[in-house]
Amino acid sequence: MAERILKNIRIGGLKNAVKGNDYRKEATISYGILIGGYILLQILTAAGLIGHNLQGQFVPICVYISLAVSLNLVVGISGELSLGHAGFMAVGAFSGILMSRILLQSMSFEPAILIISMLFGALMASIAGFIIGIPILGLRGDYLAIVTLAFGEIIRNFMNVLYFGFVDGKLRFAFNHTIEGIEDTDRIITGAIGATGTKTMASFTWGLLLCLFTVFIVLNLKNSKQGRAIMSIRDNRIAGESIGLDVRKYKLMAFVVSAALAGMAGCLFGLNYSTLVPIKFNFNTSVLVLVFVVLGGVGNMWGGIIAATLLTILPETFRQFADYRMLTYAIVLILVMIGTYNPAIKSRVNALFSKIKPKKKKDDGKVKKKKSGKEGA
Amino acid sequence: MIFLTNLISGLSLGSVYAIIALGYTMVYGISKMLNFAHGDVIMIGGYMSFIMTMYMGLNGWLALLVAMVICTILGITIERLAYRPLRGTGSLAVLITAIGVSYFLQNIALLIWGANPKMFTSLFNGMKPIHAMGGQLTITPESIFTILANIVIMILLTLFVSKTKAGKAMRAVSEDNGAAQLMGINVNQSISLTFAIGSGLAAVAGVLMLSAYPVLMPTTGAMPGIKAFTAAVFGGIGSIPGAMIGGLILGIIEIFSRAYISTELSDAIVFACLIIVLLVKPTGLLGKKISEKV
Amino acid sequence: MADKKDKREELIDIDISDSGHAYENRQEIYYNDNVGGRAVFVDSKEQYDPDEPYNDQVYIPEKDRDKAPILEVKGLGIDFGGLTAVDNFNLTLGRTEIGGLIGPNGAGKTTIFNMLTKVYEPTRGEIFFDGKSTKGMNTVDINKAGMARTFQNIRLFDKLTVEENIKVALHHTTNYGLIDGMLHTPKYRHEEFRIRKEAMKYLKIFGMTKTADYRAGSLPYGAQRRLEIMRALATKPKLLLLDEPAAGMNPSETSELMETIKEIRDRFQIGIFLIEHDMSLVMGICEGIVVLNYGRTIAKGSAKDIQSNPKVIEAYLGKSRGKMDEEEKAEDLEEALSKGKLESAPSGKPDRKEGE
Repeated sequence: MAERILKNIRIGGLKNAVKGNDYRKEATISYGILIGGYILLQILTAAGLIGHNLQGQFVPICVYISLAVSLNLVVGISGELSLGHAGFMAVGAFSGILMSRILLQSMSFEPAILIISMLFGALMASIAGFIIGIPILGLRGDYLAIVTLAFGEIIRNFMNVLYFGFVDGKLRFAFNHTIEGIEDTDRIITGAIGATGTKTMASFTWGLLLCLFTVFIVLNLKNSKQGRAIMSIRDNRIAGESIGLDVRKYKLMAFVVSAALAGMAGCLFGLNYSTLVPIKFNFNTSVLVLVFVVLGGVGNMWGGIIAATLLTILPETFRQFADYRMLTYAIVLILVMIGTYNPAIKSRVNALFSKIKPKKKKDDGKVKKKKSGKEGA
Repeated sequence: MIFLTNLISGLSLGSVYAIIALGYTMVYGISKMLNFAHGDVIMIGGYMSFIMTMYMGLNGWLALLVAMVICTILGITIERLAYRPLRGTGSLAVLITAIGVSYFLQNIALLIWGANPKMFTSLFNGMKPIHAMGGQLTITPESIFTILANIVIMILLTLFVSKTKAGKAMRAVSEDNGAAQLMGINVNQSISLTFAIGSGLAAVAGVLMLSAYPVLMPTTGAMPGIKAFTAAVFGGIGSIPGAMIGGLILGIIEIFSRAYISTELSDAIVFACLIIVLLVKPTGLLGKKISEKV
Repeated sequence: MADKKDKREELIDIDISDSGHAYENRQEIYYNDNVGGRAVFVDSKEQYDPDEPYNDQVYIPEKDRDKAPILEVKGLGIDFGGLTAVDNFNLTLGRTEIGGLIGPNGAGKTTIFNMLTKVYEPTRGEIFFDGKSTKGMNTVDINKAGMARTFQNIRLFDKLTVEENIKVALHHTTNYGLIDGMLHTPKYRHEEFRIRKEAMKYLKIFGMTKTADYRAGSLPYGAQRRLEIMRALATKPKLLLLDEPAAGMNPSETSELMETIKEIRDRFQIGIFLIEHDMSLVMGICEGIVVLNYGRTIAKGSAKDIQSNPKVIEAYLGKSRGKMDEEEKAEDLEEALSKGKLESAPSGKPDRKEGE
């Protein structure tokens, strides 16, 4: 009994086998890019090489990075297409703004206000994610995608009819009609006009911290019992059920954590502008984040980080070609998609790479030798 | 009376959605992709028709025909250049490409025609609205023609798909791409044809919609596109009668919630209805049940 | 880096001689294992209820006769839109029996597995697993109750590594929450190390430690099949269902597999129920065999009973095939049963893969 079950085991060649995900490497690269990028941009800014416009994009870049990373949790790790990520961002932004205004009544220490607001934003967004997630996770594939789209639009629509403000120092709320007798400066959220009079607190450093936190959570989750369960269900739902994984629970878990992180990012975004309109969080924003995820490589965290950064910086740098900017963006998007996903082009690129890279690994040789030895015996 | 008026405008708007939804549903049925650029083909159709009438001095109906031809060519071209290279690579890649195409069309329109809205002249300019019930009920010619067009298109399309060889080939490809190919059906041709029909119909829908809601901008197609897509899913994506039913129901819900509940919340109500339907019937009203074999 | 390597070596060097303990004293481990809602193990040595003794109709190996059966199926049937796929299927499987389910393609074998694991809800009949009715349970509950399976067309978590595939199956005994998972708390580290060791134990038993870091989907076919069995075992089942474990294997691989299956039963002391077309495997290791044709049970019994059963011969070779006379047919079958594989029946429906 002491020896293993199979004496003459032959695994066969591992020649074509692919190594699995190296979590430590992925984390190192991701944190490296974030911190390196931050330092680089700070130096360039100090040297006066970065224009005012681009500097204004620093916080949004960080927000988009964490949105991309959090969306990757749903799209890459859970394997579901979500087209409503901006909805959670909106929930986080507006509830965070609301919280910051309430806290400002009694506090003045900004970092604390910011952190509490962001946590509140995350909480509200996760509640929204939970409410949305419960009914829809029985749906599959494209149907789930269209429902997330619908929910994103519903959230934005609701933002259009929400009114918050102070009257005589007390918080008032109204739905579908304006608050009576309110001073303009006491308005917090005014329907389609959105949030006004927000005290901006976001900074690039906060942005970096947000990104680091998001990456930390998502990568940790990926390499945990829960993450493995989520990925298993993605790879094979039926096999997952057969080993006792509760599919809905884990899909919901991915969805809610992703929503919470998006809410947090949304809050930082909201606290970066003194005014913010709900239309900002429409379908196009959801799509934008999805583009980051897909161009960065589905499931690849640092790919998403780079894509989010480049795709926010580049259009900004080419602002002088304003007219052709978005057109070029569209063309580049289509070409990149065809270039990376077309089977013919893909195999050609791979062939090119394999010529450059020496492919032989030590492991393969060993296994092969062993195998041939066994066959001889 | 207001109820009837609303019902008719709901049916009319629903008919527009239904015609657009046809494009979505047929394309989804045959190539399993969400063609997010479809809404923008509507917009291009609108601009084409606008140019033909305003600058070329064509008669509205003739302009519509030209717009249809151009959109048909556009649809085939988009499929050939952007979607075909990605066939069989999973829905995500094609979806993003479709979004790229959508951006492309919108920005081309922006470059050529600018961001300022153009006022579209109704196709039925000069026709008088019908007054009924002692003047209490007014039915616009736009409503009548849109509803009629929807019915005619639906009948023709159903006949085409069930009776003609090309239509049967399309159905075969939707059912099983690989098997259809083995049976000697030219899959590429069938898919091109689907895109052609869908895009041609988009032009019709665009002109009909703009006749009733005459503001023409580069982003005009986006929201109706999303709503029509919702309609297609509502009725069961891949199903032609489903698109019609989904479109009509959605149009009616939208007009009624605008009239009786809230203008701002009408979209939210429309989308909420979609979600409720999908919860009860996960593949839409007339959608086929999908079951995974073990 | 060096540190990491050492750890791995350490894991590989685990002495597996004691690994049987978890299963040989199953009673103990199952009591300890009452984590995450797993069923508490019912005393396996429990005497079979004297009111319902095994009658002569029930075939069950001698050694299991003093224990309650692990699985009892009564009058199981399922209809798909008016078509009866399986009807009146009965089975009693001993605690540590290796049972076989054979029959021509399309006979409904995998459908029975799907009903046992509640992928499909049976239209008729009852299933008693470990003495309890599985009515109202879903696939997840079934696994938690202690039934694990493999699939005809291998279903692994392709993008996860081999090690992770097993760790997922250890899910219910991994004791930490979402917060621990997101923040990688000490509790997480402790539990992860423990299940890693446990996963390596399985790999070691099956001689696959080398493959631990490779993606499951990129492994050679045989290794994938083996991993699927390991994954099922890692959920600590009382009954293991194997759906065509030898499919696509050559004769020498098949004989290895036979050894493996027997060893699994002996080491883990569990019941095994398998579907197989390879007669050498079925006749070689199965203690009880059920033959199915067109959704109906046509024979039950030991390998010997089955081989000589005329109904089985008919199912496999058809009633009147060309000019072949009875004798020839019998010879044919004998030859086929002793060596070759019987993949399809001439009388059966056209081969339809039950996979995706």
